[in-house]
Amino acid sequence: MIYLLKRSLKDMLSRLFLNTLTIISIAMAVLIFSAALLFFVHADQLLRIWLADLRIMVYLKKDISEAETGHIREQIEKMPEVAELVFIPKEKALNRFRQQMGKQASLAEGLRENPLPDSFEVRLFLSAGNWKAVAPLAGQIAEMAKVEDVEYGEQWLGKFIHILNLFRMSAYVLGGIFFLAAVFFVANTIRLVLWSRREEIEIMRLFGATESFIKDPFYLQALFMGTAGGVSGLGGLYLILQIISQNTAVYVPQEFFQLRFLPLETALAILAGSMLTGWTGCFFSLRQFLKS
Amino acid sequence: MAYEDKSAMIRILHVHKRYGSKNALRDVTLDIFDKEFLFISGPSGAGKTTLLKLLYLGEKVTGGNIIVDGQNLSRIPRRELPFLRRKFGIIFQDFKLIPGKSVYENIALVAEAVGTRRKLIRKKVGSLLRNVGMEDRADALPRSLSGGEQQRVAVARAIAGNPKIIVADEPTGSLDPESADVIMDLLRQYRNLGATIIIATHDTQRIRSTGGRVIILREGRVESACVIPKME
Ligand SMILES: Nc1ncnc2c1ncn2[C@@H]1O[C@H](COP(=O)(O)OP(=O)(O)OP(=O)(O)O)[C@@H](O)[C@H]1O
Ligand SMILES: [Mg+2]
Repeated sequence: MIYLLKRSLKDMLSRLFLNTLTIISIAMAVLIFSAALLFFVHADQLLRIWLADLRIMVYLKKDISEAETGHIREQIEKMPEVAELVFIPKEKALNRFRQQMGKQASLAEGLRENPLPDSFEVRLFLSAGNWKAVAPLAGQIAEMAKVEDVEYGEQWLGKFIHILNLFRMSAYVLGGIFFLAAVFFVANTIRLVLWSRREEIEIMRLFGATESFIKDPFYLQALFMGTAGGVSGLGGLYLILQIISQNTAVYVPQEFFQLRFLPLETALAILAGSMLTGWTGCFFSLRQFLKS
Repeated sequence: MAYEDKSAMIRILHVHKRYGSKNALRDVTLDIFDKEFLFISGPSGAGKTTLLKLLYLGEKVTGGNIIVDGQNLSRIPRRELPFLRRKFGIIFQDFKLIPGKSVYENIALVAEAVGTRRKLIRKKVGSLLRNVGMEDRADALPRSLSGGEQQRVAVARAIAGNPKIIVADEPTGSLDPESADVIMDLLRQYRNLGATIIIATHDTQRIRSTGGRVIILREGRVESACVIPKME
């Protein structure tokens, strides 16, 4: 095993330029892919924060009776998406309003009659996935008797999710293209090595070398390129993230939103993916070469 | 004729070989005996090289059967092929040493390929090089050697896996007479250790000086067979 490693390593050193180029191509693929992933991790984090903050305000008609209010409460609570329901009587709403006005509170003092309606504040179980459920839900509530008006999350949140999904799609496509390019690079490198060693391979076969004896060094080399590419791609992303977070720490409140690296499992999965890239390239190259 | 003749190392039974429309071998039947020193001769294009290639499955027969050491070649599964090939040591007219590797590495490669234990390889290659008188040139590259020296290395490589059978295609074809004598001597020595030697050559002169059975091929058929005693 150690010997096999030595053999592959020696081989790679003799084609340092080509191997470096291949490793760089894998690293680029990994960098782009994991950067996109990292972006989405953070975008999703933001989204979760916003969605958790999202609530539907249900304003009730002025002439509503206590029984009718109870009925509406019951109906809303029955809905499965509803996490929490808080009744805000108009007095409390006014108090809140006054507090928010602060010094200008005198403005409100002059009011003879409370202009604010009773209302419900509805919190939902929300994620990016069932975001679309909000609009019909709000519509349903709006149609209930004695409901004056319904107000919920700003339109731009929906747009944001839409754009994010668009981004996600293009990132997957781009990642796929880069993956293919990296496979192609590995296959090409391995093919060149195979070609330059074809006499040796032919001799080994004629003298009874097993397929694995012939192939293993190539797979090892490809796996090494995959690993090196994966590690440098992820390392590059880590460095970039460090630089960004040092330069933005001042502007972003840390307790609210934190710049983080990819979770360990994700990073390991990406590394495994880049090793698979190497393996795949090698597989195709060997299959093509050993057939002829 | 007993199908499983104990003394036959290789049985060639009604073998045909076509390359496209070209008939290289036609209905060749031949037993090659254990520990035999066999020459296959005949004019250029007679099918000598083709016949040798069929033995180690360098080519496949178009018809007929070949049995090597009790194994029918047409029934050997792909993954068993390396183990069949380990029964053979192959020598070529143009040596086919790997140009980028030293004498030592050329032999060590085959020793490894046939599964020699890592620890034993250095010793094994050393003793092979001593056998063929090339121990001083272990680190030389093939191109810095004479033809005779290269063929000695090729012989060492051929016997690195302790094969039962040596297959040599014109092993002396590109050598001067003295170098050729050295190579033939080495092959005879290896035969005396218990191996079967098969040599394709049209060098009838050399057959006379060595002695052994001779098969003459012509246009893909066995034309004649005779035993020539060693000339003293
Ligand atoms: N790979 C091939 N494809 C097509 N025809 C071939 C192939 N190999 C050999 N032949 C043909 O088969 C016939 C026998 O060739 P072979 O090489 O066995 O002859 P040979 O006896 O070894 O000749 P020489 O003494 O010149 O080496 C020849 O006519 C040759 O042209
Ligand atoms: Mg020939």
